[in-house]
Amino acid sequence: MAGLFNRILNRQPNSAYQAKERMKLVLVHDRSNLSPQALEQLKDELIEVISRYVNIDSEGTSVEIAQEGREQRLIADIPIKATPKRRIG
Amino acid sequence: MPGKVITITSGKGGVGKTTATANIAAALALINFKVICIDADIGLRNLDVVLGLENRIVYDLVDVIEGRCRLRQAMIRDKRLPELYLIPAAQTRDKSAVSPSDMVRLCDELRPDFDWILIDSPAGIERGFRNAISPANIIVVVTNPEISAVRDADRIIGLIEAEEKGPAQLIINRIKPEMVKKGDMLSPDDVLELLAVDLLGLIPEDEMVVTSTNRGAPVVLEEKSRAGQAFRNIGQRITGEKVPFVPIEEQRGFFTQIGKMFRKG
Repeated sequence: MAGLFNRILNRQPNSAYQAKERMKLVLVHDRSNLSPQALEQLKDELIEVISRYVNIDSEGTSVEIAQEGREQRLIADIPIKATPKRRIG
Repeated sequence: MPGKVITITSGKGGVGKTTATANIAAALALINFKVICIDADIGLRNLDVVLGLENRIVYDLVDVIEGRCRLRQAMIRDKRLPELYLIPAAQTRDKSAVSPSDMVRLCDELRPDFDWILIDSPAGIERGFRNAISPANIIVVVTNPEISAVRDADRIIGLIEAEEKGPAQLIINRIKPEMVKKGDMLSPDDVLELLAVDLLGLIPEDEMVVTSTNRGAPVVLEEKSRAGQAFRNIGQRITGEKVPFVPIEEQRGFFTQIGKMFRKG
């Protein structure tokens, strides 16, 4: 929110805000021992495997690490594409 | 009741572990608990000078562990606070001279005679850190409101959890209220949100820490020091008292407060 506010005013956000936002990202990857690159690769391979079974929307797929206190959770959101039903006759 | 072991650690060096150990120990001794602190930073001995006991060292931690002296002989009693004792680190050895099980054995020997046993951990995540946390009942992590100290604190907290020694308790040291107010320093709330850990104390930046360390007297002995007050509060929280945390905006000097009153009027 503060980020958006600052962007509208074309102002650099204060340094404590920048520090906090940077740390949030760093800590997520430190804790999971998963770099942003590795997470991207995991996502690509996940799409590849799941596509063998279901028709999914790879563009709309997201794989993220969610935080709850010090607990971390890998959350994958994978939209399934509607399969057109074949008409009989 | 047998004494409890509190280990003070941080990951990053220079955030104030030794200052915190000395002052928490003195704060507990001030309220009449029998306290001993152990400097586990072998090779980089410092707790002795911060407490002003450097001239009285005869034997050290490694002498005790290797059986060159009896445990009693390595304990130095503080003359200002007769309830406070120190076992200094060896200066000419390294961390491998002590093992985690040596530390557990040593603390078990001290528990019947002391209410609190404080261990000053070395920086880092290697052997010295393992030695320091192995006998701990409570682990206190010291950090500063800056990114490298917060990142290292997070790593240490993760290791403490992995060893099932948690939950760690956090001290945020060297807070500059004016910078926090201007948005130029991470606030205590920011740090707590990032680390998601229990808070034990907030220590404002205070020049009296420097002057009292110069003299070899813990800052808790300075009635008027804000950092001293913060450490006295920590001592009380450790013993189970509910001492409220002073909001950071109010952690300003007496004269600034008076000045503000006049400007308002």
